[in-house]
Amino acid sequence: MKIDRVFDLYDELEQQRIMLSFKGGLSPDLITALLGVVERKLDRMEPDARMRKRVFNVAMECLQNLYLHNQGHHQQNGTDPQGVLMIAQGDEGWMVLTGNFMSAAEVNDLRSHLDRVNGCGPDQLRELYKTTLNNGHYGPAGGGGLGLIDIARKSGRKLEYGFVPLDGSNAFFSLNVNVTS
Amino acid sequence: MAALHLEGTPKTPTVSFDDASGLLELKGRSIPENSIEYYKPLIDWVDRYARDPRPRTTLHVQLEYFNTSSSKCILDVFKKLEMIRVTGNEVTVLWHYEQDDEDMLEAGEDYRAIINIPFKMIQIEEVNGGK
Repeated sequence: MKIDRVFDLYDELEQQRIMLSFKGGLSPDLITALLGVVERKLDRMEPDARMRKRVFNVAMECLQNLYLHNQGHHQQNGTDPQGVLMIAQGDEGWMVLTGNFMSAAEVNDLRSHLDRVNGCGPDQLRELYKTTLNNGHYGPAGGGGLGLIDIARKSGRKLEYGFVPLDGSNAFFSLNVNVTS
Repeated sequence: MAALHLEGTPKTPTVSFDDASGLLELKGRSIPENSIEYYKPLIDWVDRYARDPRPRTTLHVQLEYFNTSSSKCILDVFKKLEMIRVTGNEVTVLWHYEQDDEDMLEAGEDYRAIINIPFKMIQIEEVNGGK
């Protein structure tokens, strides 16, 4: 990389109002550290306490999703677990963007879960949350499908998502969560 | 049985379960990656306590943040507490939330809708502990 590119990258992050950008593998300690940065920066940058809490909550769930899903994918494939997280300030609130590799075989299930969540209004989301909370299924992460429902409740907007097929067995999943007041 | 006391960390709550007084407290943050593992001793403790409880049991929940992986475990704590009522003893959950934190109030209401225990919602200025 040419040395001038460092400034270009910095400038790009500045233009896009990126508060935090991270790429790589995650561990519980690293998640704690990143959440510490998010919390300190939000304290400085976001005057609305409710918005601060919602952005923190969404960032936390997204980081834990990245960690838990990459871990599973890593064990299956033996590749380095990589993911990306960006938190950006927008005109109406904040955006929490994440991306991670996943098994192509699981894309359809995730897509239908996301579509189901996006098909719900606020009251339906709350009912879906309660039903899922009380359904007795835990899943590897413990939440058993609650994560995206909770993220959607905190967001108040539809979840934007995309899948990039990479080869027969792998895909890249991107999620953009808008948190607006 | 003995009381259960756990110091809070940036990701786990301060726990103070006292069988002698029937006063149980869960305060701070509950956002660990391994919630099931973390909550196992808490749920086991409440399970044992519920077999021979005090006539009146109060659980204070005062959380600033909790993740979805904790939420099912917290539900399991409440379900163990429900058993106390079967034997004719009293149990109450005091659910604390910060005045601007509607989401935390809603979370308490969601549990109240699922669990057959009296819940009292208590508005406070700011949640202490956890950081």
